[in-house]
Amino acid sequence: MKTVKMVGRMRRVAQGANPAGKSASVAQQGSVAPNRLDAIFDRLKADNKKALIIYLMAGDPTLDDTKRLVLALEEAGADIIELGVPFSDPIADGPVIQRAAQRALANGVSLRAILAMVKSLRLRTKIPIVLMLYYNCICAMGYEAFCQTAKDAGVDGVIVPDMPPDEAGPLKGPAEEAGLRLIFLLAPTSTRGRRTFVARHSRGFLYYVSLTGITGAKLTDIADVGQNVEKIRKIARAPIAVGFGVATPEDAARVSHFADGVIVGSAVVRRIEECRQAPDMVEQVAKFVTSLKTAMTQR
Amino acid sequence: MTVPLPDRHGRFGPYGGRYVPETLMPALLELEAQYEKAKRDRRFQATFTDYLQRYVGRPTSLYRADRLSAKLGGARIYLKREDLCHTGAHKINNAIGQALLALRMKKQRVIAETGAGQHGVATATAAAMFGLQCEIYMGTEDMDRQALNVFRMRLLGATVTGVDTGSRTLKDAISEAMRDWTTNVRTTHYVLGSVLGPHPYPMMIRDFQSVIGREARKQILAAAGRLPDYLVACVGGGSNSMGLFYPFLQDKKVKMVGVEAGGAGIVSGKHAARFAGGKPGVLQGTMTYLLQNEDGQINLTHSISAGLDYAAVGPEHSFYHDQGRIEYVYATDEEALEAFDLLTREEGIMPALESAHAVAHVIKLAPQLRKSQMILVNLSGRGDKDVQQIARMRGVSL
Repeated sequence: MKTVKMVGRMRRVAQGANPAGKSASVAQQGSVAPNRLDAIFDRLKADNKKALIIYLMAGDPTLDDTKRLVLALEEAGADIIELGVPFSDPIADGPVIQRAAQRALANGVSLRAILAMVKSLRLRTKIPIVLMLYYNCICAMGYEAFCQTAKDAGVDGVIVPDMPPDEAGPLKGPAEEAGLRLIFLLAPTSTRGRRTFVARHSRGFLYYVSLTGITGAKLTDIADVGQNVEKIRKIARAPIAVGFGVATPEDAARVSHFADGVIVGSAVVRRIEECRQAPDMVEQVAKFVTSLKTAMTQR
Repeated sequence: MTVPLPDRHGRFGPYGGRYVPETLMPALLELEAQYEKAKRDRRFQATFTDYLQRYVGRPTSLYRADRLSAKLGGARIYLKREDLCHTGAHKINNAIGQALLALRMKKQRVIAETGAGQHGVATATAAAMFGLQCEIYMGTEDMDRQALNVFRMRLLGATVTGVDTGSRTLKDAISEAMRDWTTNVRTTHYVLGSVLGPHPYPMMIRDFQSVIGREARKQILAAAGRLPDYLVACVGGGSNSMGLFYPFLQDKKVKMVGVEAGGAGIVSGKHAARFAGGKPGVLQGTMTYLLQNEDGQINLTHSISAGLDYAAVGPEHSFYHDQGRIEYVYATDEEALEAFDLLTREEGIMPALESAHAVAHVIKLAPQLRKSQMILVNLSGRGDKDVQQIARMRGVSL
C-alpha cells in the first residue's frame, strides 16, 4: 500500500520535473509574500552592509546545543543562519561536514526534530533561517508536508545541494505556497546558459559556490570569484551570497567587497568539532563569528 | 512502437533524472552531448567493436550446461559466458566504451568506484591500455574482502584510495568518486560502473553493455532455433542484467528475472534487496528504489558479494519493475554459496559470488519447468576473486 502511494507521488514528480521554465512565472508571483530573508537583505543594502551567513549542522553535537548556538551567534553578528540537515550520503560535502552529519545522525536527529527545534527557536529570535538539506530527506517526508511543516516552524528558505533547478519542478509549487524561498547554486563551472537559467530561478538569494569542489576545500583565488560574481550580478535579481571555502576573517572581508552575503560553514563546524566537549563551546564559536563580522564591517 | 527510454530529461517514467550539485551539471550536459555524437559516429562504434573483439575477446560463448540441466531435472540451461571476458567480468565492456569517450573529450584522467573490484580492475585495465591516469575509490570493507583485486589494480598502475566513511562499501565509494569528480571535473572523466547515477550514465552504460544481449539473442537463435523462455541475471546496480535484458524487451514471450542480494534474509534487515525492502527516493544523482529509513537516511546493506552490496538500483530497473516487465527476486548468501559449489562441481565453472546469485535462482526455477523450456543465465563474472574469501569463511588458510 505504502509503495503504491509512493509511486503515485513519484509519477507526479516526473510530470513536474521538467517544465522548470513553465513554472517560473508562478515563482515570480511567489516573491510577493513577506519573508525574513528578503527583509534582511533589503535592510542591509540600505545600510550598505553585507550579510554574514553562518552554517551549522543541526544536532551537532546535540539539538539543544544548536539552539544555544543560533541565539548566541545572532548576538555575535550572524545575520542569517543556514541549518544543515544531516544526511547519510552527503555528496556535496567535505570531510568536516560529513563528520558533523555522522555525529548528528548518531544522536538520532531527524528532519522532524529539527523543524520542531526551529519552531521553539522562533519564540526567541527572528533571525532568518534557511535549511540546507539533500533531496531524499524532502522526498521521504513528502513535498507538501515538508513545505507546510517548515513554514509552520518558521523556516524562510531552502537550499537543496543535489537539486539543480532542472529537477525542482515538484518542490516549487509547495514551496511558493508556503512562502519558502528556493535558493539555487551556481558554480565556477557553470556556463553562460546555466548562469542565466539558474539566476532566473533562485529566490531569497543566489548561492555562488566559490570553488570547483566540495564544502570546506581551500579557496585559492578570491579575485577570480569576484569576477564571476560580477558576471552573475548582471543577470541575477536576487542578492548573491558566496560560500564554500570561506574560512577566515580575511576571506570574509575580501568576499564581502563584491558579494551581498558571505557564507561560512566548515570553518564554524570545525570549531564546534574541536571544542564540543568544552564548557565554553558556544562562547568560543561566538567569538569566531564576531571576528568574521568585525572583519567584514572594517573593510 | 514504444517510446525510447530515457526521455530527453533522462527519465524512465518517474525514475532517473539528474540530482547533482550544479558544479557537475555542465559536465553531465557535455557528456550527454558527446555521447549522443559518438553513438551516431560510425567510426566511434567501429573502434569500440574492434576493441571488444580483439581486446576483450568478444563474442563471449553461449554454453549449454548439460550436466547442471540434468542435475536440476528441468529446463535446459544456457550460460552467457561473460566470465570469459578479458579481466574476468562484463565490466570491461563499459570501461572500454567510457575510456574511448574520455579520449574523445580529451580528458587525461579517469576515476571510478568499485565494489567487488571488477569495475575497478576493468577501468584500470582500460586506462593502462589507453595511457590514462587512473584513480579508483573503494570502501575499506570491500578492500578487505577483495584484496586480490586491489593488488591487481595497483599492478595495473592505478591509485587505489580507500573510503572509510559510512558503510565503507560501494555506496561510499561512489560518493567519494563524485566528490573527486566535482573537484576535478575539468580534467577528469568519471567512469561510473553500473546503470546508476545521473543521466546520461544509466542510458550510456546500458548501451555499452547491451552487446551481451545482442550476442546472446543471435547465439540462442542459432543454437536452439528459438528465443529462451527465461533470462536470469543478478542485479546490483544492474548493468549485466540490463545489458542482457535490453535487446529482448520487445520479445514479449521472454520472461526476465533479476536476482538481488538477499543477504542473511529480508527479515534480518541484512540484505540488499531494494525491490523487496525499499521504496523510491533519490541517491547519488538518480531517483530510484532505495533501501532507506522513514527519514530518508540510507540504510546499511549486506551481501556476501561486494558487487551486489548497494542500497540503490538502476532507475531503468525501477521502471520495468513497476511495469511488471521484469520480475525481481532475491537469493540469500547461503543460496549463493550453494550455487557457487554446484556450478563449480557440475560444470567446472567457478562463478563470481555476484553471478552465483543468478545461478541460485536457476536452481529454484529450472526444476519447475519442462525439459523443452530454456533458461539463459548471465554468468557475469568469474569467481577467482572470491576464492580467498570463501577459503577464509571455511577456515582454510591459503
